Amino acid sequence: MEEVKLLGWWMSPFSRRVELALKLKGVGYEYIEQDLANKSQLLLEYNPVHKKVPVLVHNGKTMAESLVILEYIDETWPNNPILPRNPYEKAMARFWAQFIEEKCNGGLWKIMWCKDEEERGRLVEEASHCFRTLEGELKGNKFFGGDEIGMVDIAANFIGYWLGVVQEVSGMELVTRDKFPVLCKWMDEFVEHSVVKETLPPRDKLHAEFEARLGAPSWKY
Amino acid sequence: MADQGEVKLLKTWSSLFGLRVVWALKLKGIPYESVDEDLTNKSDLLLQYNPVHTKVPVLIHNGKPICESLVILEYIDETWSQNPPSLLPQDPIQRASARFWAKFMDEKALPSMWQAFTKKGREQEEGLASIAEKLKLLEAELEGKKFFGGEEIGIPDFALGWLVNLVPVFEEILGLKIVDEERHPSLSEWSRRISDIRVIEESWPPRDKLVTKWAAIRDHFLATARASSG
Repeated sequence: MEEVKLLGWWMSPFSRRVELALKLKGVGYEYIEQDLANKSQLLLEYNPVHKKVPVLVHNGKTMAESLVILEYIDETWPNNPILPRNPYEKAMARFWAQFIEEKCNGGLWKIMWCKDEEERGRLVEEASHCFRTLEGELKGNKFFGGDEIGMVDIAANFIGYWLGVVQEVSGMELVTRDKFPVLCKWMDEFVEHSVVKETLPPRDKLHAEFEARLGAPSWKY
Repeated sequence: MADQGEVKLLKTWSSLFGLRVVWALKLKGIPYESVDEDLTNKSDLLLQYNPVHTKVPVLIHNGKPICESLVILEYIDETWSQNPPSLLPQDPIQRASARFWAKFMDEKALPSMWQAFTKKGREQEEGLASIAEKLKLLEAELEGKKFFGGEEIGIPDFALGWLVNLVPVFEEILGLKIVDEERHPSLSEWSRRISDIRVIEESWPPRDKLVTKWAAIRDHFLATARASSG
């Protein structure tokens, strides 16, 4: 009897990645919403190193870090694979997932919290370059994974959905339809995907939350 | 053994990331051609094969490039799965743990060390406190184990290789102790165990050259900080 639990937070793109992978593979799980302002004993016990979500618990064994969890899910439930089987193509997928995490998401995060106008301008230009590179990887496909969603699409979920809300709230115009038509088309496909839809936090709630937080000096948890 | 194809590794003489790949190739007995890059004058080969980051290491297997050291290590493990040792445990939970710790080495431990080494004053103190905290976590994780992967050396051990040869260099330049036997008995024992592995022992970049190089790097960062603070 398989027992799968996921400790997550409704707003976290990281825990939503794990939900997406589990749903794509039809794996049943118990979802346990966390209050990150008031971390539970369970979370502190299951992820003592980072004290963050997501944490996956499978038959009592815990693991953390969303991209690590995605690899575990793909190995444990091999149906509807999210990683290619060919080692070279798998390496490429891992490379792009890492690129998204470090350069795209990392870049966006710095922009969101940068208070200095000149520095922000420089960061936006740097990030634009990264998004241009990423856009090139679609290569005429519907998704980064080809015809179907894969690890790279899942890793890009913040770009696929959260970014739109952040841009609306902050007035940032980094990824726009005229500048990045191909990437925006991918974003449309991503949010319309039947399984992805189930994992997206409600837009109005997300909007309100970002509005409240982006005014603050730094991200609270 | 099946035909391995042509394997080329772009690295530098001192790159800690390149060293990880050298260890993997040598431990698995994979013949390869090594190309040492001059990063102040990047070769056409490097620019062609790693256009995204223009960094080393790059593994080129049968003309196809793979970049990012941890990605390369997993590729080597999967492609030459018949060559022992396995670089990741077989059990999926242990694999997840190994990947978690490899990420921790690169995303948490190394940046802390970088801050402690390239800064001074309060920023350096923060870096030193941060690396001390990371080492405490690593010490706890390692306790009772031969390697981070368990009985066998693996990817998380490769990811922390810089602790063995570079931290003593940093300690010499800074005049500080970062790892010691008293606070870090398991890490100290692990360092000796790593150094005892023949292919690792014979692959260390020359220490005196490393001291010169890294002292210059620290000087450069301190000078840049002075210049920008006016």
